[in-house]
Amino acid sequence: MASEYSYVRTDFLGESPPPARETGAIKWMRENLFSGWLNTILTVLAIYFVVWLVVGVWPWFANGVWDADNLAECRAILDGATGACFAVLSDRWTQMLFGIAYPADGFWRPTLAFILLFPSVAPALFAQYVPRKFLIATALYPFLAYWLIWGGTIMIPIVTLIGLIAAYFAFIRLERASGFFMGLVGGVVAAAIIWYLGGFVTDAMSGFLALPEVASRDMGGFMLNMILGVVCVSLSLPLGIVLALGRQSSMPIIKGICVIFIEFIRGVPLITLLFVANVVLAYFFPPGTNLDLILRVIIMITMFSAAYIAEVIRGGLAALPKGQYEAGDSLGLNYSQAMRLIILPQALKISIPGIVNVAVGLFKDTTLVSVISMFDLVGVIRGPILSSTDWTGVYWEAFGFAALLFFVICYGISQYSQWLERQLQTDHR
Amino acid sequence: MAQTQMKVSDEVAIQINQMNKWYGTFHVLRDVNLTVNRGERIVICGPSGSGKSTLIRCINRLEEHQAGDIIVDGTELSSDLKNIDKIRSEVGMCFQHFNLFPHLTILENCTLAPIWVRKTPKKEAEETAMHFLEKVKIPDQAMKYPGQLSGGQQQRVAIARSLCMKPRIMLFDEPTSALDPEMIKEVLDTMIELAEEGMTMLCVTHEMGFARQVANRVIFMDQGQIVEQNEPEEFFNNPQSERTQLFLSQIIGH
Ligand SMILES: Nc1ncnc2c1ncn2[C@@H]1O[C@H](COP(=O)(O)OP(=O)(O)O)[C@@H](O)[C@H]1O
Ligand SMILES: [Mg+2]
Repeated sequence: MASEYSYVRTDFLGESPPPARETGAIKWMRENLFSGWLNTILTVLAIYFVVWLVVGVWPWFANGVWDADNLAECRAILDGATGACFAVLSDRWTQMLFGIAYPADGFWRPTLAFILLFPSVAPALFAQYVPRKFLIATALYPFLAYWLIWGGTIMIPIVTLIGLIAAYFAFIRLERASGFFMGLVGGVVAAAIIWYLGGFVTDAMSGFLALPEVASRDMGGFMLNMILGVVCVSLSLPLGIVLALGRQSSMPIIKGICVIFIEFIRGVPLITLLFVANVVLAYFFPPGTNLDLILRVIIMITMFSAAYIAEVIRGGLAALPKGQYEAGDSLGLNYSQAMRLIILPQALKISIPGIVNVAVGLFKDTTLVSVISMFDLVGVIRGPILSSTDWTGVYWEAFGFAALLFFVICYGISQYSQWLERQLQTDHR
Repeated sequence: MAQTQMKVSDEVAIQINQMNKWYGTFHVLRDVNLTVNRGERIVICGPSGSGKSTLIRCINRLEEHQAGDIIVDGTELSSDLKNIDKIRSEVGMCFQHFNLFPHLTILENCTLAPIWVRKTPKKEAEETAMHFLEKVKIPDQAMKYPGQLSGGQQQRVAIARSLCMKPRIMLFDEPTSALDPEMIKEVLDTMIELAEEGMTMLCVTHEMGFARQVANRVIFMDQGQIVEQNEPEEFFNNPQSERTQLFLSQIIGH
């Protein structure tokens, strides 16, 4: 006889839809805002705080004076009422954006370079949606932007570009024939020859498609922050990858160099490196070579953030199971193929939040150059604007504007990275 | 009987002479000698930690041996990188945990090595990949990512991925031991089919049914040494060494 537990299912259940979710604002509020007496108190306090903040700050915004020649005039217009003096922005916005010395009739040049930045990086940032051939725009952009911002004949960036292309082909050819090192030497020689000969060409054609030249020391304002941020982020990512791979290398010398570099750079404050760039670095170059200050600063910031990015990527590399390396090896892929096709795509994906963290930090750290008397956005505000007799004391308005500019860019970067992470998610799609 | 139909040639595929390996001071493989002819199907079994994985991983140089020599397809394994890459592209390998590339689709997993190592044109590589995916019976999953497949399907993809390189030898390291029971059969069926086509195979596995059906030799390893090898029938019905008897009683005994 069957026991009392014995059971056989005879009717099989079909699929049924999930129960409809209860919705409604009241229910949501009860669940999320007032689900207990502690939560209720916190909610009420938070609402009180927000209201207090808005009520306090709103008049300051609403009464803001946009049209005045100096702070005294602002105060006169306000006549004792609370209100911001946004007139400092209307009066000095060009200085904040382009610095104090950039020629006013050339403002369109950095502006155009800024606008072109977006379509130019799109092929790299949205690789899945933009055909590969548009990457050429990304590659050409730095040369175009240099020409627009610094001016001079267009032959300078063209010769630079030709030199790089020659170096690339020399490297490819020689590397195949006689190894990596010979390829490197060949590439450097080829570039040097082209650039040397190109020097005569640019001298001879100095008027060809020339924009008025602007010296590096005349760069300033938010433009300078953007230049430093964009250049240093795009250089420090590849350098960081190389350092991270070098640190994993089985060759002790390469590994040693990478470890020492990373640990040294991470152990030194950025501001020290910037001082080094400003004063000391000049001693390392032969007298007479006047390496551009912006270039020196770019080198330092790039090295700084590359060291951090390298450590972030090392974390990503360490997180990959050993089986991924073995699968690549067992299929016969060589080192660079395995890295490029299997290891790095996965390691970089894991590292995106960390890399973005470094990139955002780097972008904001570009304001440190104000300490070595470069007039970036913060430098312009602290120097020429706040110390002018017209605008001493308009801290909130000026720095608020600076904060807003940085926030917009950094928030954009952060949103992009979150989008990218979702795009790359392949495990449970 | 199935195995009598499968031809074994006299041509030597793998030759291992007096091979020794140490991890630090730990002597993992001791005086291993093994000759595998083309078309042979060998099952390697033995207790955990006996060096089975290490042995087959030495054959495609995922591990380096320190003494003796290994000759695969006439090429001796030495530290010469050219030889290693050549051998690796001739020898396919399947792992216990599949090791598919999670960021690539199934199709891309299968075409990656042919395109980059063999320089096969993309279109041709894709056709080959689809051919082998059909063979392992999952062509309809080609556009999915590994994370969306079941374990058994993933292991079959891993087999297809290796086959796309048209290897002459296949190595399997416990291909079914990470799978749920109901998925083991689908993977074994794929391997049996492969064996029947005359592939030279070395399988580390404890699937004794598989060994009886396709192997023409079973090797028992213990403590880094080959303790016993024989034809499957003899091996299972009449094991000679005491350690083999103990091992077999443990895996079949209950
Ligand atoms: N990378 C390694 N370093 C040190 N010891 C190892 C390493 N890999 C395996 N071993 C040891 O070598 C022995 C043989 O391992 P393995 O070949 O994986 O055995 P099996 O596959 O037969 O279980 C084990 O004792 C294991 O602990
Ligand atoms: Mg094992």
